[in-house]
Order: sequence, then structure tokens, then C-alpha cells
Amino acid sequence: MSSAAAAPVPRYLLEARGVRKSFGTTEVLKSVDLLVEPGKLVFLIGPSGSGKSTLLRCCNRLEEPDGGSIIMDNVDLLSPRTDINAARRQIGMVFQSFNLYPHLTVQKNITLALRKVVGMSTADANARAAEMLALVGLPDKAASYPAQLSGGQQQRIGIARSLALNPKIILMDEPTSALDPELVGSVLAVVKDLRDRGITMVIASHEMNFAREAADKVVFLDGGLVIEHGSAENIFLRPQEERTRRFLAQIRH
Amino acid sequence: MEQFGQEFLNLDVMAKVAPFLLQGLLQTLLLCSFLIPIGLVSGILVMLLTTSPYRLLRWPAIAAVDFFRAFPPLVLLVFVYAGLPFIGLRVPALVAVAVAFLINSASYYGEIYRAGMVSVPKGQREAARSTGLSATQTLLYVTLPQAIRNVLPDLLSNTVELVKLTTLASVISVPELLHSANLARSLTYNSSPLILAAIIYLLLLLPIVRLIARLEHRL
Repeated sequence: MSSAAAAPVPRYLLEARGVRKSFGTTEVLKSVDLLVEPGKLVFLIGPSGSGKSTLLRCCNRLEEPDGGSIIMDNVDLLSPRTDINAARRQIGMVFQSFNLYPHLTVQKNITLALRKVVGMSTADANARAAEMLALVGLPDKAASYPAQLSGGQQQRIGIARSLALNPKIILMDEPTSALDPELVGSVLAVVKDLRDRGITMVIASHEMNFAREAADKVVFLDGGLVIEHGSAENIFLRPQEERTRRFLAQIRH
Repeated sequence: MEQFGQEFLNLDVMAKVAPFLLQGLLQTLLLCSFLIPIGLVSGILVMLLTTSPYRLLRWPAIAAVDFFRAFPPLVLLVFVYAGLPFIGLRVPALVAVAVAFLINSASYYGEIYRAGMVSVPKGQREAARSTGLSATQTLLYVTLPQAIRNVLPDLLSNTVELVKLTTLASVISVPELLHSANLARSLTYNSSPLILAAIIYLLLLLPIVRLIARLEHRL
């Protein structure tokens, strides 16, 4: 992209076009577009196996897409010249199963990348960790180990860990699916808070009520294709496609 | 019974040969002080090869590890000691022991580390890489520490085996503990030196064996 020199404010922070990905003979993504404007909360919905998770994982190259283009803040993520480790610092990722490091304290979980990737001093990194822990409402858990925390607390630490790097965007892969119902609210409250702070997020999730109240945009995927996308209101109240209607009817029981 | 005591538990003989056996113990400890740390580190390198994404590295490494785990270490030792001179390499007995048992122990340690790495969930690597850590940093700070913790009892068990393996060095006359004890036995016409050597091995290894049991209990 030679237009970077002119430095226009890009319309999209994340611009994925025609992304394709197959596992063996299974085509999981058949040319998918995902456009995310800065400061927006985008919800990916769709049945399991629809490709939501794979699409998110392609956006930080945990999966290598087979084709298409992914531009993140003017950086071509799929170019061989792109330093993927540097690019990943700008892309936070929150996992369904939290993936906290069990051998490290909460504080070290958060500071590891700050110290080893950003090069912060331990003191600065610890201060940053304390700030993040306050933000997710767990200021007294720095010395705890992940196994000592509830699922909801672990996921909030997961969010704090990705947020600490001050990423341009955070991708969340079903962040509440592994949680007991009574713990979901605490995690969604943090997500809502991040949204109000203007942090750009893409969330694959089945939390439809939350999507309706918080999402700026909803993208419905099925069978590796974007079937429909639009405002939360339009997708949930006035879906245009039959497949969208069927999916929404199913999850409402 | 008295004859049995005279033959195996003769305290006079034990007292007489004790200084000689301590010399042997020093030689054993010297061997171990080399073999254990170098074995533990080269085991990591072996694991990196046998789990490499590149077939050209992985396949020969797996073949070599399989071979050396199945190959009798005594034959390997004699081969290194007596065989290398044929290709113009004369090595002191102690070096032959070091080389042969390092090959053997690195293969075993390597397989233990590999099992440990397999036990670390894939999401750990993904979480680390997603924060921008390089592959090497991910290994050093995230996956390898967890792998080692998961197989710590096995690493220690193998270390006990390695200490006992050094007794084979007596075959090529390295004056380690067992060799000294056996020499003392033939000089005194009495088996008590062997029992004394066994007691020393027990004192050396029992605490480690106990520690392994406690670690296994904790896991």
C-alpha cells in the first residue's frame, strides 16, 4: 500500500477482504470480508462451525489464511515483510478458555509481554499491570495464581493481559462461552466499559442480548460466508435473509 | 549366619577400604556433575529437533533417539572407547564414558521433555504469540517451564537411572565407585566393599527417590 505516505485517516482500522481458509478438504472461510471502523464494537454471530473463530484467528495470523488480504491500521498483515510479532502487539486476543499462564502469577501473566516484547522495566510493567487490574475490577489479585480464580475472574485477567499492551484492537473469541451463567455478567461489564472508552473490538459470541445493547455492528456468518451484516437493530429486528432469521429463531429457542 | 556376616558385613574390611571407596565416589560424582547438567540441557536440544516442524531435522532426530534408547549402553560405551581408535580417535576412558552416556541420556531426557511439551495445551503458545512474544520467547517463558514442571518426576527418575548407569564405566576400568568397590573386593577376598558401595549409592539416591514420590503425589 503506497498510499501510506500520504497518511490519510483510514476509514477502517481493520480491513479484511476475501479471506479464505481451508483445513484439509473443509473450506471454513470462503471469501469473507470484515470491515471494522475505529472505536466500534463489532459482533460476529453464527452457528458453531460457521467460521467466526477462524476469521478472528486469521486476523492475527494464529491461522494462516489461504488467500485474501488483511490490512490492520495501514499494515498489510499478510505481507512477508511485515514483522508479525510487532503487528501482534497492536492486536489483543482474548480466548474462550482464557489461556492464562498457570505457572505465573496474575501480575506476571500481564507483565510478561510488557517486559519481554515492549522492553518495559519491571517496575513500570508492574505499575501498568496494577492499572489494568483496577480497570477490570480485580485490583487485589496481582499475587494470585490463575487456578485460585473463578472463570469470570480469569477471563477478566485475560482481558487485562491483552489490554496492557495498549492494542489498537481487541479480538475476543467467545469470551464468555466457558463461563457459568452467573459469571458472564462480570466479563460483559468489562467489555461494555472498554467500549465506552472507545476501544475497538471484534467479538465472536452467542450473547445476543448483549450484542443488541452494545454492538455497533453485527456480522452474521454461516457456512464460511458473511450472510448478512448491519446495525444490531437491523440484524435482530429486521433480518433480510432467511438463514439469519432461522438462526435467530433457533437461539431464542 | 556368622559366615554371611564375615563375607558381606565385615566392618573391619569396610573401615579399611572406605578411603579407597571415597576416591571412587569422587570419580562417580565428577562423572555425574558433568553428565547430569549437560544431559539435561542437551535433552532440550534433542526435544527441539524431534519436535521440529522441519522434516529434514525431525526424522533423523527421531530415528537417532529411537536407536540410542534401544541400543545397550554398555555396548555403546565399549564401542566409543575401543572403536574410535580405529578411525584415529583415541580418547581417555573418562571421555569415552562421558560421550557414550551423554548420547544415551540425552535421548532419554529428550523423550521426557517431548512428553512434557505435548502436555502443554496449544492455547498457551497461542496466548503467548498473540501478545507478540517470539517463538523462542514463548518456549523460554511459557511452554518449556510448564513442560518441565509436568515431567519433573520423570526427569528426576531418569537422573537416578543415569547415576546408576555410571557404574557401567567400571567395565572400561574408570575408577568410579563400583569399580573401586569391586577392586577392593578382589584385594580383600571379601564382599563387604560391595555392600559399602551399595550403602553409599542408597544414601545418595534415596533422598531423590523420596522427592520423586512426593512430587508425584503433589501432581
